[in-house]
Amino acid sequence: MLIYGVALLSGCLLIGMVIGEAVGLAIGVDANVGGVGIAMLLLVLASNSPMFRKITEGNAGAGIQFWSAMYIPIVIAMAARQNVAAATEGGLLALTAGIAAVAVSFALVPILSKIGEKPERGSE
Amino acid sequence: MIELFETVFVRNNLVVAFATVGGVMWFSYFIADKLTRGRIHGSAIAIALGLIAAYLGGIMTGGDKGVADFSLLGGIGLMGGGMLRDFAIVSTAFGVQLSELKKAGVAGVISIFAGVIVSFVVGAAVAVGFGYDDPVAITTIGAGAVTYIVGPVTGEAIGASGEVITLSVAAGLIKSILVMIGTPLVARSIGLDNPQSAMVFGGLMGTTSGVAAGLAATDPKLVPYGAMTATFYTGIGCLLGPSLLFLLVGSIF
Repeated sequence: MLIYGVALLSGCLLIGMVIGEAVGLAIGVDANVGGVGIAMLLLVLASNSPMFRKITEGNAGAGIQFWSAMYIPIVIAMAARQNVAAATEGGLLALTAGIAAVAVSFALVPILSKIGEKPERGSE
Repeated sequence: MIELFETVFVRNNLVVAFATVGGVMWFSYFIADKLTRGRIHGSAIAIALGLIAAYLGGIMTGGDKGVADFSLLGGIGLMGGGMLRDFAIVSTAFGVQLSELKKAGVAGVISIFAGVIVSFVVGAAVAVGFGYDDPVAITTIGAGAVTYIVGPVTGEAIGASGEVITLSVAAGLIKSILVMIGTPLVARSIGLDNPQSAMVFGGLMGTTSGVAAGLAATDPKLVPYGAMTATFYTGIGCLLGPSLLFLLVGSIF
């Protein structure tokens, strides 16, 4: 049944969000800390475990894959509802801060990617 | 006659959104294929079109939700809103191998902290460069360079002025938009082509929407890895901004 997969996905998201919200409360932060990430971990665990095979294989899995295929359209809708106008109103300071933060972060990706790599792969 | 259409379209606005996004995607993939011969990914063009439309929507309606402030396109707000976005992001984790996550786990966690601190320091330095010498303003603008959520959360916690908070949100929005557009352009030169670097990328950039869109336009297979670390970033930022980072700035200025 297709809905089993969708329900599993929903369950993972809800549990993850509740945990993320609780972590936020516990550390005194007004934000959901990693709720989506925890939900993703739960889904990975479920899809790798034989216990959940009935609700991750065949038609049930197709229910999850449908949403995964809707990801790009949803991201495009997300782009279309960003507050782009406000971004342009911050002037030069906001522009410089944004550009500089992104440029430095981009530059760090190859450096940090090497952490934990096996030495023989690092010397490629 | 026009009223009849309006009634139907507004009442079924989510369905209108599906049709509209589908049409925009068809057009974008057509352009990507014919004009750029596939060099630019169709989804990158669609995301850029979405951002342009959002800008025009914001200018024309004065609202803060891009095209979703047009009543006919209100469904875009639901379709692209936090709930369905998170739902779709989580679904991409389906079929991911646990071993891939373990391999990049340590690097991923380090990248989250490194990303928050680096973006903060860069943003704060820019604020100082523009003449700010008040630790509250410097911290808030630095936090804005982390994400557009960390900025106002930090600013409100430490009592920043509305003007400074607005600046911090703008800096965060610029960052998010740049990550959406810039990621496919720099992906090759920063080695963003495997799960490990995608996890590091998500942790360093941190803006969920920027990472979600940037990776979608680069290689959809990398989305779950980047998204997983990115979702911890804003929370860590909200934790460090008004506490450790504010104290650090206060000790210097």
